[in-house]
Amino acid sequence: MRIPRIIPILALLIVTTTVNVDAQCKAFAKKVCIPELGAYTHDGNYHAAILVEGEEAELYKTFYSDMEYRVSVCGEDKLKDIEFIVFDANKNVLYSNKTANYAKTWDFKLQSSQQLKLVVKVPAFNKSGDSPASGCVAIMFGFKIKK
Amino acid sequence: MTKKFGIFSIILGVLLFASLLTGCKSGGTKAPKEAVTVSVPKDNTSVVEDIKQAEKIFNALPSPLESAMLIKSAGARFDEALLNPVGNVNSYVTNKSMALNLGIYTCDLSFASLYEQTQLIIDYMNAAKKMADGLGILKAIEQSQIDKLEENINNSEVIMEIVSETFMNSNSYLSDNGQPAIAAMVLVGGWFEGLYISTQLVDMKDFNGNKLVGRIIDQKLSIDILINLLASSKGNPAVDDLIIQVKKLKIVFDKIKITTSKIRPEFDKTSNTTVLKSEIKTDMTPEVFKELSITVSDIRKTFVNN
Repeated sequence: MRIPRIIPILALLIVTTTVNVDAQCKAFAKKVCIPELGAYTHDGNYHAAILVEGEEAELYKTFYSDMEYRVSVCGEDKLKDIEFIVFDANKNVLYSNKTANYAKTWDFKLQSSQQLKLVVKVPAFNKSGDSPASGCVAIMFGFKIKK
Repeated sequence: MTKKFGIFSIILGVLLFASLLTGCKSGGTKAPKEAVTVSVPKDNTSVVEDIKQAEKIFNALPSPLESAMLIKSAGARFDEALLNPVGNVNSYVTNKSMALNLGIYTCDLSFASLYEQTQLIIDYMNAAKKMADGLGILKAIEQSQIDKLEENINNSEVIMEIVSETFMNSNSYLSDNGQPAIAAMVLVGGWFEGLYISTQLVDMKDFNGNKLVGRIIDQKLSIDILINLLASSKGNPAVDDLIIQVKKLKIVFDKIKITTSKIRPEFDKTSNTTVLKSEIKTDMTPEVFKELSITVSDIRKTFVNN
């Protein structure tokens, strides 16, 4: 059977769209999330993904006692308030931005270096039957040497 | 009609297949279910074993810029002889060696930047560019950025911004284009270089209470993250080799004990900053340090002497 010409075109279109969506995510992280770091130096790492409402992302990172940090968690407008919670090694909650009116940034420093876990939650807000919203969520870190 | 239905079935099939691909890729490094099964011994300093089935898991290593900053903040001196010579660039031809050395050169570049080594900054930026170009990373380091670097060679703030931006260009490109294994290897290269430079700069006569030794001990906290990062690309032969090497290093790190008290978050209103208060106890003998230093050096040799 002859393969219709439309198929490779469709496949190419879909792959291109996927790459474009990811590229948009990088552009979003660069344009929206990194400026939130303000006077902190962005560490250069990139943590961003397309998340659907109701989904979660986790991030594991070591933070050092010599530094002061700012974490910036941003989601595209269509995702509404993004929640992020910081846990220690014993699953104790150290911070939740829910208590700070869903603040997009959190500044912190440590007395001793620790490995922490960040959980980012995209709340589900659409009514059942509606197609779930999705969008880019980025987690960026900035640092400066502790005064 | 039947023919039309057949064509539509094929189109539907392509769409379904493509949407599956899209779903699997969304964000570059989808939560690797295998990562959960990595054997990580219980350690009170690790939260990695707590990994649950989140949609997306990021294993974040310190970036080359952060590693270099840690070395400087510990009061270490600059030693050009410790860097990977830029003359080696042409010997890196495989994706693995280019990825590892993109991380290594970016760390060296960060180190040179923080110590205001003007000529070295340009040289190492060009070396990093060569690695990024070799990996096919589009627009990671553009000539305009090198020109900007040259124009601002005495402005450390601008230089750090450029280093950060070019590094993000590389790792975002790799993540967004479905190359998590290469992205992981870049980070691994940078992390090893930071650890290598740190261990080489420790003066054994000044071992006890040495701030740099403290920062080296801290790297134990990242070793499980490193293993999980690599495990998410398990099956890639280059990554599998790296996992074996990193596990050798983990054996040495496991000889160091870290105990930490409960973390007490305290909010400082004046600086609008949360201080995570805790006390930490560590023990690393000079013998374990030497073993660590040799292991790091041996592994790094396999990265740079391709």
